[in-house]
Amino acid sequence: MRKPERDLEKSSKKISRRGLLIGAGQVAFAGALAARMRYLQVEEADKYRLLAEENRINIRLISPSRGQIFDRDGTPLALNEPSYRIVIVPEDSDDIHATISRLSNLIELDAEDLNRALAEIERSPPFLPITLADRVEWDAVAKVAANSIALPGVTPDVGLSRRYPLGPDFAHVVGYVGPISDYDLERIENPDQLLRIPRFQIGKVGVESKLEDTLRGKAGTKSVEVNAVGRVMRELERREGDSGADLQLALDHKLQGYIQKRLGDLSASVVVMDCETGDVRAIVSSPDFDPNLFVRGISVADYSGLRDNEKRPLASKAVQDAYPPGSTFKMVAALAGLEAGIIDSTDTVYCPGYLEISDRKFSCWKKVGHGSMDLNTSLRESCDVYYYDLALKVGIENITAMARRLGLGEKHNVPMSAVSSGLMPTKEWKLIYRDADWVLGDSANAAIGQGYVLASPLQLAVMTARLATGRSVEPRLIKRIGSEETTSGRGKDLGISPENLRQIHRGMFAVSNHRKGTAYSSRIDATEVRMAGKTGTAQVRSSIVNNDEVPWEQRDHALFVNFAPFDKPKYAVAVVVEHGGGGSSVAAPIARDVTLQALFEGAPPLDAYPEKDREEIKKLQDSIERNHTPFPVGDRGQA
Amino acid sequence: MSYLEYRVQSVPAGWRKVLNLHWPLILVLTAISCIGFLMLYSVAGGSFEPWAKAQMQRFGLGLSLMFIIAMVPIWFWRNMSVMAFVFSLALLVFVEFYGATGMGAQRWIDLGFMRLQPSEVSKIALVMVLASYYDSIPINKISRPLWVMIPVVITLIPTFMVLRQPDLGTALLLLITGGVVMFAAGVHWAYFASVVVAGGAAIAAVFQSRGASWQLLQDYQYRRIDTFLDPGRDPLGDGYHITQSKIALGSGGWTGRGFMQGTQTRLNFLPEKHTDFIFTTIAEEFGFLGGAALLLLYILVVVFCLFTAVRMKDRYSSLLVIGITMTFFLFFAVNMSMVMGLAPVVGVPLPLVSYGGSAMLVLLAAFGLIQSAHVHRPR
Repeated sequence: MRKPERDLEKSSKKISRRGLLIGAGQVAFAGALAARMRYLQVEEADKYRLLAEENRINIRLISPSRGQIFDRDGTPLALNEPSYRIVIVPEDSDDIHATISRLSNLIELDAEDLNRALAEIERSPPFLPITLADRVEWDAVAKVAANSIALPGVTPDVGLSRRYPLGPDFAHVVGYVGPISDYDLERIENPDQLLRIPRFQIGKVGVESKLEDTLRGKAGTKSVEVNAVGRVMRELERREGDSGADLQLALDHKLQGYIQKRLGDLSASVVVMDCETGDVRAIVSSPDFDPNLFVRGISVADYSGLRDNEKRPLASKAVQDAYPPGSTFKMVAALAGLEAGIIDSTDTVYCPGYLEISDRKFSCWKKVGHGSMDLNTSLRESCDVYYYDLALKVGIENITAMARRLGLGEKHNVPMSAVSSGLMPTKEWKLIYRDADWVLGDSANAAIGQGYVLASPLQLAVMTARLATGRSVEPRLIKRIGSEETTSGRGKDLGISPENLRQIHRGMFAVSNHRKGTAYSSRIDATEVRMAGKTGTAQVRSSIVNNDEVPWEQRDHALFVNFAPFDKPKYAVAVVVEHGGGGSSVAAPIARDVTLQALFEGAPPLDAYPEKDREEIKKLQDSIERNHTPFPVGDRGQA
Repeated sequence: MSYLEYRVQSVPAGWRKVLNLHWPLILVLTAISCIGFLMLYSVAGGSFEPWAKAQMQRFGLGLSLMFIIAMVPIWFWRNMSVMAFVFSLALLVFVEFYGATGMGAQRWIDLGFMRLQPSEVSKIALVMVLASYYDSIPINKISRPLWVMIPVVITLIPTFMVLRQPDLGTALLLLITGGVVMFAAGVHWAYFASVVVAGGAAIAAVFQSRGASWQLLQDYQYRRIDTFLDPGRDPLGDGYHITQSKIALGSGGWTGRGFMQGTQTRLNFLPEKHTDFIFTTIAEEFGFLGGAALLLLYILVVVFCLFTAVRMKDRYSSLLVIGITMTFFLFFAVNMSMVMGLAPVVGVPLPLVSYGGSAMLVLLAAFGLIQSAHVHRPR
């Protein structure tokens, strides 16, 4: 195809013209690049060279504020509050030693802290603030501020620190925070950058530790420009983090506080559960300790005092200790028999005071024997022989299966430290862990909650709640995370025949309300809130000796479980008093007081108690009232 | 003028072609590649492994490819243009289904000895097909709307396919390349002006609508644009690269820290020190003088090519050379702008210097086309 010569000429010229235009544009752009390169490399060289010398733009973390913890009606259990410290910037102070000696005339300075501070001043660059006194009172801050002219370089500084306003009452549940250790760091996979901050506070025990990630929040960042020696020249950008979520516990601080005082210095634990929702209303281990001591950094003397105490105040007994449940386990054995259809509530067993199994004599706690016993009377009077006989008929498999349905031998999901799963032994278990065959005697012992059977107070409370309702009630300790309500622990129907449950309830009712019942002396008189319970006495030693004649640590554990009101169960309570003696004499009165306190949401009217006890109860209530010194909240001066 | 109007006898034949190659251009390309080997040796901590050696082998392969292509008469390549374009589209389709994705969005086909990125091939094929299009249509029709629409559609096909990968950077480069070839071919400037105005208006509308009731994009898309335009917003993400790369550049100063003396790049502040961010190493170790010298070499390539382009009398060759030169220019201009914090971080390598087989082979093959046009130009 030929094209007109003239057009071709024109077109070629046009291409050349435009080509050169494009070329000119390209060269111009390259010139701009060269100029930019010159600007960065020559004019800004000093700036960037400085940044390049390791110290350039530093990204620093801003600690988020930790989520706070409240009880069910919003009373604070763990708070962040401003804490004051006195710092010195050495380069702003002409004579450090003179300044410090003037300061020590003004406020109290700890000699140990001071030595550490002086050593740090030697080591650190002069512009870094060094802490002279940590966690000082507000009036010390005021004094320093008022005398600032005489104290060059010394300034008060404010930070957030954790405080537990109710002190010991929630020590085992809420736990405490403390500075992160290398050991902590090693155990965490992919630790958050925050945890790399020296002495960053993390939860060490209890809810503080188990819900650490929720409470901690997300770090913010700020980028700062630093000079060659690391001094911050200015802040370039700041991005706030997210503070941790607040927690609301299902606990009731009044009930918890009452129980703590009611237990006094007994080595004991109490769990109160709401049968409807599974809410843990109180979970107390006694004796207790002040978690605030740990936040401040506990002294060696204080710590060894707590650690070596034979009553183990540091232990969260309500969840971490598993005890032989003793006779409180008899409901489980009986229900297992009824559900399996092997026994009937009207069947009777004759108790001569012992039962011989494989040539061994298994004695009843009542040496003279109970005579003819049926289900109801066996529970009421806690006859052991009835249950030895039952164990042989029903078998250990049925009993432990029922125990598991009732929440025993299972680690419940509560965010506390060292939650125990207890122990519901089986034939296989004994073969593996004890290297021995299961014998009939083991079944007999298990049926009365002795031998290998172990349960924590929390598990006993769950068991009682499940017996009371026939539903698989689950303990709920955390009611709300941030603004989100957690799921209720109401649970599904366990599928246990209501008639069989009623037989158990009748027995438990008789324990507390029949004249022959083992806990009759600790009954509730007010008909609308009568309770049903079961005593238990767990042997610690094998020979039967009178409790008063042996040292404390060899005495029996006293147990009591109950629910109330009988007609419409609201609360399930479990009480364990370590080495307390008998369940009926020691544990049952505590359980009654706690139950009434929970039902009346405070001190119950005296006429709920049997007439003859009222005098004594009044005295007890008064003494608890007198010793009740409410812990002040927010009493410190605000900045 | 089309090559057919010339007597083939005026063109060198046989081994005489070798003498007629554009040797200064080959020299400059080799020099640039050598700077690349040097830097790859340096960032590997003074070792030919793992990058420098492989890069040299690929350069050898690319150079051979360039000679072979240069020996074949340009009219053969002209006739191959449409085929090449169709082939590049086929590759793009193939990679859509069978390609591997990695390091960002670009997709490649594994050839065993190298990874071929079809989007690189399509840049050159697009230039070829547009040049042959303008070579074949009557000159007086170039600026007629219908005849303008055809190259626009040709450009948009690979652009959309690349966009699907999704590789926004390469798609934009394809658009620009297509536009430049059309501009060089003589399409009336009013078309370009209206595209610029319309594009500007669209961008303005997108930003104006932000926060208004008729907001055109979702909030997160705006935030993405924000980070794209101002990486400083994300100091630990994209912004990190830019900050670190500026520090490396700045610490080079006038003459640099000396060969293998760079600290910023070697301390692994930049994860892509051997590919897209290799310029920071050059600038840190050889300073402003080193960086400017490389820039000068690149400009020399552009100038050499454009001068041969305007001296050529047939339209296919001229447009081909202008288009390929533009592709080459876009490579280093975008890469350097990115490293110097003038452009967002997009995955564009520094041509002939960055480690990577695809771009190097495709570029050297394209320079083979330029050489062929140069050797077989009508005299």
